[in-house]
Amino acid sequence: MRKTVWSMCSMCSVRCPIKVEVEDGKVKWIEGNPHILKGALCAKGSAGIALQRDHERPQQPLIRAGGRGAGKWEPVSWYTALDYVAEKMNKIKEKYGAKAVMLSCRGGPWQDLWKSFIHAFGSPNFTNHDSGCGRNVHHASKSVYGLGRKGFIYDIKNAKHLISFGRNLMASLRIAEVNQIMDMLDAGGSFTYVDVRQTLTGIKATRFFQVRPGTDYALALGMINEVIKQEAYDKEFIEKYTTGFDKMAEFVEQYTAEWAAKECGIKVKKLKDFVSEIGQQRPKVIFHPGWMLSRYRDSFYASRMLHILNVLMGSVEVEGGQQFPKTPADCGVKGLRTFSSMVPKPEDKRADGVGWKYKHFDKGPGLFHLFYDAMLTEEPYPIKGVICYRHDPFNCFPDVTAQKEAFDKCDLLVSIDTHYSEFGWYSDVILPESMYLERETPVCTQKGPKPRFAFRDRAVEPRFDTKPSWEIFKMLADRLGIGEYFPWTTAEEMWEFQLEPTGYKIDDLREKGFVALTDTPIMYDRDNLDGKFKTPSGKIEFVSQMLEENGLPSFKPYESPQKPPKGRFRLIFGRSPVHAHGHTINNPLLNELMPENTLWINSRVAARMGVKEGDWVDVIADSQKGTIRAHVTDFIHPEAVYTVHGFGRQVPLQSRAYHAGMSDQKLQEGLLEMMDPAGGGLCLCEKFVTVRRSPRNPRRRVEL
Amino acid sequence: MNKYMIYLNSKRCIGCHGCEVHCKTNKDLPVGPFLCEISHEPLKAVKGVPKTEYHFRSCYHCEDPYCVPVCPTGAMKKREDGIVYIDTDSCIGCMACAGACPWHIPQFNPNTGKAVKCDYCMDRVDVGLKPACVTKCTTRALKFVTIQEI
Repeated sequence: MRKTVWSMCSMCSVRCPIKVEVEDGKVKWIEGNPHILKGALCAKGSAGIALQRDHERPQQPLIRAGGRGAGKWEPVSWYTALDYVAEKMNKIKEKYGAKAVMLSCRGGPWQDLWKSFIHAFGSPNFTNHDSGCGRNVHHASKSVYGLGRKGFIYDIKNAKHLISFGRNLMASLRIAEVNQIMDMLDAGGSFTYVDVRQTLTGIKATRFFQVRPGTDYALALGMINEVIKQEAYDKEFIEKYTTGFDKMAEFVEQYTAEWAAKECGIKVKKLKDFVSEIGQQRPKVIFHPGWMLSRYRDSFYASRMLHILNVLMGSVEVEGGQQFPKTPADCGVKGLRTFSSMVPKPEDKRADGVGWKYKHFDKGPGLFHLFYDAMLTEEPYPIKGVICYRHDPFNCFPDVTAQKEAFDKCDLLVSIDTHYSEFGWYSDVILPESMYLERETPVCTQKGPKPRFAFRDRAVEPRFDTKPSWEIFKMLADRLGIGEYFPWTTAEEMWEFQLEPTGYKIDDLREKGFVALTDTPIMYDRDNLDGKFKTPSGKIEFVSQMLEENGLPSFKPYESPQKPPKGRFRLIFGRSPVHAHGHTINNPLLNELMPENTLWINSRVAARMGVKEGDWVDVIADSQKGTIRAHVTDFIHPEAVYTVHGFGRQVPLQSRAYHAGMSDQKLQEGLLEMMDPAGGGLCLCEKFVTVRRSPRNPRRRVEL
Repeated sequence: MNKYMIYLNSKRCIGCHGCEVHCKTNKDLPVGPFLCEISHEPLKAVKGVPKTEYHFRSCYHCEDPYCVPVCPTGAMKKREDGIVYIDTDSCIGCMACAGACPWHIPQFNPNTGKAVKCDYCMDRVDVGLKPACVTKCTTRALKFVTIQEI
């Protein structure tokens, strides 16, 4: 029997809509939803079939039998596992209060459910991975617009100029976004790319600035200075919707294009030409704000400047520029019923200090890395239980050894995931989630020019004794006496609960995987945007009241990044188009494409060190070392070495990924405590490593 | 006369290697054989931007293929529309075809013990669809072209 199931990919966090063809209970074909993506899918998307057929993933609930991380597990039933977790959670609640249990996830459109679960339990401590990812960009956006990172979408297709500061768009691979970029380039658009090395994205650029590592902020400052000097900005827009322009102009006066070019190691003429070009092309100019800017000490301020450059271009609610994502309300449709609407908010203050100690950070998910302090010092109160859903802190945050020290103070570590995460391997209980083709997820709202409701349906039955997360949390809630907040027992009932106010039924979504709430894109009147900016002043704020009230400057004087001492390099990490961080490394078909990572090193530097292409090199931090093969290239800055993130995994049951390649985060010793005080992001590119030709390079030769 | 070819618009190709996996999953191939591949030239600076060209290669479906006559069981065949394919029921996995092919295109499928090669997904083509690699190409850089005589 053949059937078509509409679903959403989960091989990375983009969640592209997919169409799945199933024959006799076997997945035969996956393609991008033809209504949205015209069939397009990436390598990871197709390799979902290989993931489903792979047996190297948890097959039933596991409870730890040996020491943490020793890899001794007792396979148990769901009832035993959930009873065990519930009993431990209740014990912690009795002794330390419910707040001593925290829950973390990977963000995304369904986090309302997991958040509601931990809130219903009585703990305010919901968090996610974002302090090692997009928090700087999010908070920077809030400081300028009063809106978060998702407060704008980008009409790249119709833009005349796209600028990316190190956002490797072609490797991060949001299929719809990548096609917009290619369409823009086909139509003759310009694309400026800034990075310390050349990337899959940069090769598509019409202009490339290879900058010295850590000087993004300098380049952005120089650009703003030159934009003002050339009067290349949208004066009318600035006048109407912004405050603090003069103060900003005064601040950037010292940062001339000449200065910036020298600081970044680029040609000043190229920079000036760039500014005159965007001056002609505005407002159809987009400075892509990126996502992962937990990189340098000044990444938050660099990010602010990128947001400000968009404002200077007047690139707000225009075709070919930034646009407000439209909501169901804009289409005259009531929104989904949220899970959190049922649950009282816990009154306790958060253990990470967000909302009371750090008032300028977004309370929603707080900052995960600040919980380690609470675990170690028991201040402001102890954290004794950690549930990580689809989130692997050991893969996502730096300095795994330091993390383990903090986790060792906890009485309960639970991992809920489709695969063995590194954290899962160290935890006490693994609750295996069904992989995405084997599970349903709640309905979600996809905002945009044409908002939609979308969902993921179950394509095939789980191969192993796994469950979808909604069911895991529901069963756990029942055992904790908070089942009333999740008043459904089947996915159908859950969808009904969500969709009830909207007037839609799940069968409407089943027709093509989503329902579009409007046929034509909605645009607001650009001359009447009052009330759209959620800053204290209601304007776009160059001088941020939120920052200033919390004792932080709106503009931070530039400090030149430290130059690595001789023989040492700044360790930069990034992405590949065939892997999504750590969780696809063990996928048979993706592993075949890229089984390990390499260390990019500048060819002149490598020649001095006697390192040749393909040689083994040792990459040494303080106490940690990794050994991988060198990729010798002209196209990386001599101060930096680069590798793809996610490798060097240490879960023995993942035979293909086990110890393949090198883990950058394990080398990032000491960086767990290096937080940008204004943006909340970690500074993950602030580690210098020593590189040497490895003694592992074979010297012996048996034959003559 | 060959009727079809697959064309790669290198300008639109982003080197994501999606086509390779689309092909493998459609043909239910294990780790090992690849029926198509994306490769690229070493980076070279053009007007200050390091650039490269991408190349796509599957089977050339030769006008006069060496692999067809060398096949001892007659499993390797060429259709009227030019598609060179393997009749898996007759294939004995001797891989003489791979030896005869100047580019070593036919691959050994360890799951079936037989040869396997690009056949432009002729089962899909025959029902009006396009090859898997083209259908799902991430940026629509691959095109399935019908050659017309002028």
